[in-house]
Amino acid sequence: MLAIDNLRIGFRTRNGHVEAVKGISLAVGSGETMGIVGESGSGKSVTAYALLRILDAGGRIEAGTCVYSGIDLAHAPERQMADVRGREISMIFQNPRAALNPIRKVGHQIEDVLVRHNRAGRNNARSKAIAAMEAVKIRDAAARYHAYPFELSGGMCQRIVIALALACDPRLLIADEPTTGLDITTQKAVMDLVAALIRERGMSSILITHDLGLAAQYCDKITVMKDGVVVETGDAVDVFARPQHAYTRRLVDATPREGATVRSLLPAEARGPDPAYTVRDTALLRVQNLEKTFAGKSGPVHAVKGISFRVRDGETLGLVGESGCGKSTTSAMVVRLADPTSGKILFDGEDIGAVPAKSFARDKRRGKIQMVFQDATDSLNPRHAAGRAIEEPLRRLTDLSARARRDRVAELADLVGLPLHLIDRFPHQLSGGQKARVGIARALGTDPRFLILDEPTAALDVSIQAVVLNLLADLRARLGISYLFVSHDLQVVRLLCDRVVVMRAGEIVEEGEADQVMHAPSHPYTAELIAAAPHPPTLKS
Amino acid sequence: MAAAPLALPRLGFLRRGRPILMRIAQAIPVVVGVVIISFVLTRALPGDPAVYFAGPTADEKSIAEVRAKLGLDKPLPTQFAIYAQDLLKGDLGTSLTTGQPVMEDLARRLPASLELTLAALLLSCAIAVPLGVLAATRPGSWVDHLCRVLVTAGVSMPTFFTGILLIYIFYYLLGWAPSPLGRLDFIYFEPSRVTGFFLVDAVLAGDWETFFAALRQLALPACTLALFTLAPIARMTRAAMLSALSSDFVRTARAAGLTKRKVVYGYALKNALLPVVTTLGMVFSFTLGANVLVEKVFAWPGIGSYAVEALVASDYAAVQGFVLAMALLFVALNLVIDLLYAAIDPRIGFKAR
Repeated sequence: MLAIDNLRIGFRTRNGHVEAVKGISLAVGSGETMGIVGESGSGKSVTAYALLRILDAGGRIEAGTCVYSGIDLAHAPERQMADVRGREISMIFQNPRAALNPIRKVGHQIEDVLVRHNRAGRNNARSKAIAAMEAVKIRDAAARYHAYPFELSGGMCQRIVIALALACDPRLLIADEPTTGLDITTQKAVMDLVAALIRERGMSSILITHDLGLAAQYCDKITVMKDGVVVETGDAVDVFARPQHAYTRRLVDATPREGATVRSLLPAEARGPDPAYTVRDTALLRVQNLEKTFAGKSGPVHAVKGISFRVRDGETLGLVGESGCGKSTTSAMVVRLADPTSGKILFDGEDIGAVPAKSFARDKRRGKIQMVFQDATDSLNPRHAAGRAIEEPLRRLTDLSARARRDRVAELADLVGLPLHLIDRFPHQLSGGQKARVGIARALGTDPRFLILDEPTAALDVSIQAVVLNLLADLRARLGISYLFVSHDLQVVRLLCDRVVVMRAGEIVEEGEADQVMHAPSHPYTAELIAAAPHPPTLKS
Repeated sequence: MAAAPLALPRLGFLRRGRPILMRIAQAIPVVVGVVIISFVLTRALPGDPAVYFAGPTADEKSIAEVRAKLGLDKPLPTQFAIYAQDLLKGDLGTSLTTGQPVMEDLARRLPASLELTLAALLLSCAIAVPLGVLAATRPGSWVDHLCRVLVTAGVSMPTFFTGILLIYIFYYLLGWAPSPLGRLDFIYFEPSRVTGFFLVDAVLAGDWETFFAALRQLALPACTLALFTLAPIARMTRAAMLSALSSDFVRTARAAGLTKRKVVYGYALKNALLPVVTTLGMVFSFTLGANVLVEKVFAWPGIGSYAVEALVASDYAAVQGFVLAMALLFVALNLVIDLLYAAIDPRIGFKAR
């Protein structure tokens, strides 16, 4: 159906010519689902754009052929390509809300595609667009037809993007990270929907993802890419269960999964025993009936509805839930960046919730509670070098001299494994993993007893995630600090946490030992969350 | 949820109109502030209108007489009270330089300036927007470079210079343009006044000869201003288009096979319009105030030259009238721009806040 042969793609950049894809070959059979798996920079998305010839400015197919039912997509005239796009091959994207025109009704956007490919005329475009929306299981499609993307949820936007892609019955669907940024239950719903539609219509498809587990669950075959080269290709189960290439093995190892420990995420040669740490039975943090109400457009929004939990000294507590469950609001209140509407936050017995967030920056306990933020890139000042970023809290919260601060920065960099020569670099000169280390070092500067980790690995590739999780485990063992680990991903939380709190709609639905919550959830919602995580096929040994 | 059943469909118009009324109401304090500040500032200006109008040969006594006649001998608060009272009656006072009521002067001159500015902006948009779009769709091409050259030339040449250059070429050398003396050659009659815009009034009167005569007079000054306003609009269009074209939804549209035309004009340009409209509003307001040089060069009887003359003569009523008229115009302009925003972008609800 599709045969890519020795495809090379290059980009003209300010720093000269960069080869993003270095001669890859792969084939997708009729009715087959191919997974292309790789970490950022592997060239997997660029390959997909090249198939449709929608590379960004400066990108060019330099060699090779991509033959799709007799047409060489790499060399076909633009006029022919215009007919191929959307009708023969179509694509769904990550970040569905941005992928839709923000100022055009979603129904009209689907109509545009139908009319373009002569699937509908002026009189029946509307009914056909609604039918396309119904095909992707959008309830009340006639009403949603008039919605703008900003009025729909992320999952609903992705359904619209899928409806748009499938409106003209293409033979090949390319899905580029279709569920990145979606909640785990939405991810499952979207993936199940796509899989069912592909099967129903007998389409071929390519699923591009960084999540090997997801690919293994939904694809027939998997191609693993690294730095623009295919390192391994084969049946999904084989690749996942019996990886041949060292890189694939590292990816498989780094994927959080049933039964893994934090050390087992690392490559075999780097594994050691899980670092031991002690939990004392004294409460370091006690949250009592914490409530938060925001003034919303249509009345007050009750984001956190009176929750209570405690974190023992040296313990790691996981706070899990989907977007909008109130976990971020809770962590913002605990770290004293937001004021609770009511309730108490007792830190070491003192109610820090009584100190307004505005003046907490000058409180002597500020240094004791620190935070590692979600996006390692966005949470660093782009104009400050790494060393300056780490030094900042030392300047504000300690009275160390300039020399002592410099020594402390070096010490911290060493602690988090950031090579010393990197501390003069700016964020854009650092890799994702290095930026994460800077963020952690910054939080550790003031010797905190309690760290709030807000999805610290959400934006990282799995192999980097494995390294960062291990670093956090090591630091906990060395420094004896407590963590509040906020995440949407139970599998990741389980690796690091002693106990887990599951939140939904501002309330705690379940609390318990991590293993018990994972294996014998008492609340149906927790069970749903666990079931929604990708379940890669396991090898019957 | 609870509010929905309360909104009766027949009140739909009122419901839509209310935010606009609210916005107008919000502008009232601004206008009051402008009235006070313009009054105080004109009084603070150096120069004494009584001395100016009594003439160079006047003695102390006749100056005092003039002063008393103008009411300038009264204390400032009393003067202000009189001014405010007249204002409420719609009386802006009488200009000392022209001897006409300020209201009449403005009613005659404001349309002249507006006609010039609007014509210039229409022309400027008609060139700048397509130029910006072309430059953005073909970065690095000759269109892009042409855009850059035109933009740089437009801003770097002062308007009075461009004006004189155009007059030299098209009037003096080629003789295509009529003499640059105001809005209409003296052999034509002014069209009977409806809007004060000669072009519109001539069309309304069905007088095509006058229409073309007025258009010919308008051409050169409008071109001069257009050249000057071209730069910010073309630049903003180019930048906004570049970012729209590299956005995710354009990639989706391309992947769905939509034609290039549809992608560029239907998807990208509509999204790029928002910053362009913002720029347009800013350009409009500064041109209206700043086109005095063009008005002078082309003997255009506009509001800019009127204000300058009034200022030189310390003609209080005229200056205050001018400032107030401009303030009201800007309030209206901002309202129009906000409405345009809401029309372009559904995410911006036009709400009274």
